[in-house]
Amino acid sequence: MSTTTASDPSPASPSGTGRDIRKIAIWSAVSIAGAIAWGVLALARGEEINAVWLLVAALCSYAIGYRFYARFIARRVLGVDDRRATPAERLENGIDFHATDRRVLLGHHFAAIAGAGPLVGPVLAAQMGYLPGTMWIIIGVIFAGAVQDMVVLFFSMRRDGKSLGQMAREEIGPVGGVAALIAVFTIMIILLGVLALVVVNALARSPWGTFSIAMTIPIALFMGFYLRKLRPGRVVETTVIGVGLLLLAIVAGGWVQDSSWASAFTLDPRTLVICLAVYGFVASVLPVWMLLAPRDYLSTFMKIGTIGLLAVGVVVTMPALQNEAITKFASTGDGPVFAGALFPFVFITIACGALSGFHALIASGTTPKMIEKESQIRLIGYGGMLMESFVAVMAIIAASLLDPGLYYAMNAPAGVVGDSVQSAAQAVSNLGFTITPADLSAAAAAVDEETLVARTGGAPTLAVGISEIFSGVLGGNALRAFWYHFAIMFEALFILTTVDAGTRVGRFMLQDTLGNVWKPLGRVSWPPSVWATSAVVVGAWGYFLYTGVTNPLGGINQLFPLFGIANQLLAAVALTVATVILVKSGRLKWAWVTAVPLAWDAAVTLTASWQKVFSDDPRLGFFAQRERFAEALDRGEVLGPAQNLDQMREVVTNSTVDGVLAALFAVLIIVVIGDGVRTCVRAIRARTPLPTTETPFEESRLVAPAGLIPTAAERRELAAAESGGPR
Amino acid sequence: MTLRSALRQLSWYVRELSGESAYENYLAHRRRTHPAEPVLSRHEFDDLRTRPTVRC
Repeated sequence: MSTTTASDPSPASPSGTGRDIRKIAIWSAVSIAGAIAWGVLALARGEEINAVWLLVAALCSYAIGYRFYARFIARRVLGVDDRRATPAERLENGIDFHATDRRVLLGHHFAAIAGAGPLVGPVLAAQMGYLPGTMWIIIGVIFAGAVQDMVVLFFSMRRDGKSLGQMAREEIGPVGGVAALIAVFTIMIILLGVLALVVVNALARSPWGTFSIAMTIPIALFMGFYLRKLRPGRVVETTVIGVGLLLLAIVAGGWVQDSSWASAFTLDPRTLVICLAVYGFVASVLPVWMLLAPRDYLSTFMKIGTIGLLAVGVVVTMPALQNEAITKFASTGDGPVFAGALFPFVFITIACGALSGFHALIASGTTPKMIEKESQIRLIGYGGMLMESFVAVMAIIAASLLDPGLYYAMNAPAGVVGDSVQSAAQAVSNLGFTITPADLSAAAAAVDEETLVARTGGAPTLAVGISEIFSGVLGGNALRAFWYHFAIMFEALFILTTVDAGTRVGRFMLQDTLGNVWKPLGRVSWPPSVWATSAVVVGAWGYFLYTGVTNPLGGINQLFPLFGIANQLLAAVALTVATVILVKSGRLKWAWVTAVPLAWDAAVTLTASWQKVFSDDPRLGFFAQRERFAEALDRGEVLGPAQNLDQMREVVTNSTVDGVLAALFAVLIIVVIGDGVRTCVRAIRARTPLPTTETPFEESRLVAPAGLIPTAAERRELAAAESGGPR
Repeated sequence: MTLRSALRQLSWYVRELSGESAYENYLAHRRRTHPAEPVLSRHEFDDLRTRPTVRC
């Protein structure tokens, strides 16, 4: 056990009895406030709950988790040691290895992990009511998600910033390593397909949204040239100009909608698929500075700004939730948004925000190379994930503000609600909720959209919720349409950034692998290889996007569970790596810290994939669905919601592909965990510890505080050191 | 904290977070550690540093 008690920065020292009492009082107050908020949430039935209770429950729980559990893990389980130099200090090159102030790095790390995931999942999971989703977001992040992020960050930091894939190969074994590699690539493809589908559903037949989003391309190009050629290095200035243009583009979208140009920007989903695929290909072969870097600045700015506004908006307007605490779909499992019961599907649908395997890629990528002090992993790894979780809580609040009738009219697939307000109102009443056709039309008119019926994917729902909150703070009904399109822009902007970045990352992975087969294919600057591999990646996610758009059963309904399973599979890989390292380094008694979340994650993911593969309910099981449609097809029958034989054939193909993928994910999880268990058993039986790849101790000369606010002792240390670092 | 020092802190934070000061930091680092050796140009530095990240 390599624990060396880190110099205790907190003043549990002789001088502080008065301080101790104050601390105890503060933490008692936080606990009581949190307990009251949870009590209100748990006991309220049938009456409206104020959204503020959700915020209080979340923030108090986060504070307690951060103060006690994260600290316990950092000190006792991992044994962070501030006398040990981090890779940023030892290998500093001013480029990727660069000791970065903890507050700056927290911002970087948060911007790097947070995307559309925590906004989409909770909106869909609101189908089960606000309570199950909120509980999973808060409890899941404290015991699983934030733990995973922090632990992976720590282990990668102790290995000079090695990637998750490398750690899987070196610590678990070659089989686990290959499985991890396949997992990362497949997940990336599904992720891109699903996120692109969210954008298509948000922009379909909406000239306002389509125009605004289209304008982000020239804006980003302009910013790219400005930053590269006109004013090199002026990032802040460029971003301010870009954001100004972006707001102008949103306003101008409203003008376009009412002008003769409207028809040019009214695109049907299939056209949008082609636009997105072309965009994804072109953007990903251009130099990074031209489109991707400026887009990154814009989306980071928009994200931090909007999320900040949202938190303020909820506190100022204190809205009441219209959603039920737990809906009947939680137990019946026949909800229209996605099929399946509360367990396991809430835990699949909400991945980002509670437990997200994707973060393990960031926590083992750029961040570990920039940490100044080992103890800062708590702030950056655990704290950063708590912030993401908070975003997810806000998303579930925004979705739960909507009248349930409107929520289901928007989120049920077109095959269920039809395409008119009348058919939607009828379908909603069949589901057991009510909304009149007039109210549906009014809701669409309020945000200047042609229709809100079957606008699945979460983004439009979130945008309606956000416009409700923001217009309550600023502008009233007059600005409601602006805020709606502002929210659509905000989501579409960073999804498109991810489409570009993800295509590149997928291409690098593919080139890396193919380079082993034929050298030139691995050259990242050889255009034919770049174009070919980019086209393959775009073709792969484009396929899922296309099937998502054309599937009569509803793309989100079919694909989102796959995305959730995939993301949780990656979390299983990350938690297995962490558990194996804990066991190998002689910390078997602490292995439960990552093994318990791993067991939960495996239970959830395997149950979900089992049901998706083997359930004989055609709504749930892909193969049951395939069989039902294939049999009808043999008889020459057309089954609703398919409208003709071609659509029947599409359903059969899609269900087969999706079913095979669900099975593949399950097999990968079993392989990785199985290989991990094998290594753990070997480590426990071995007389001498198995070799790990931790880099040896080197004395640190840097002085830096551990937490956000330096303690008195840390201030003294800083003053004494007069360190030359940036401060 | 005076208003001026607060503003200075804020501008420091924004420049660090946005990456505006990254190249200057790199130059300072090179001056400190390898004063005699050549440095990357701003463009070379930017191209090395900006890597696509996939968010979710």
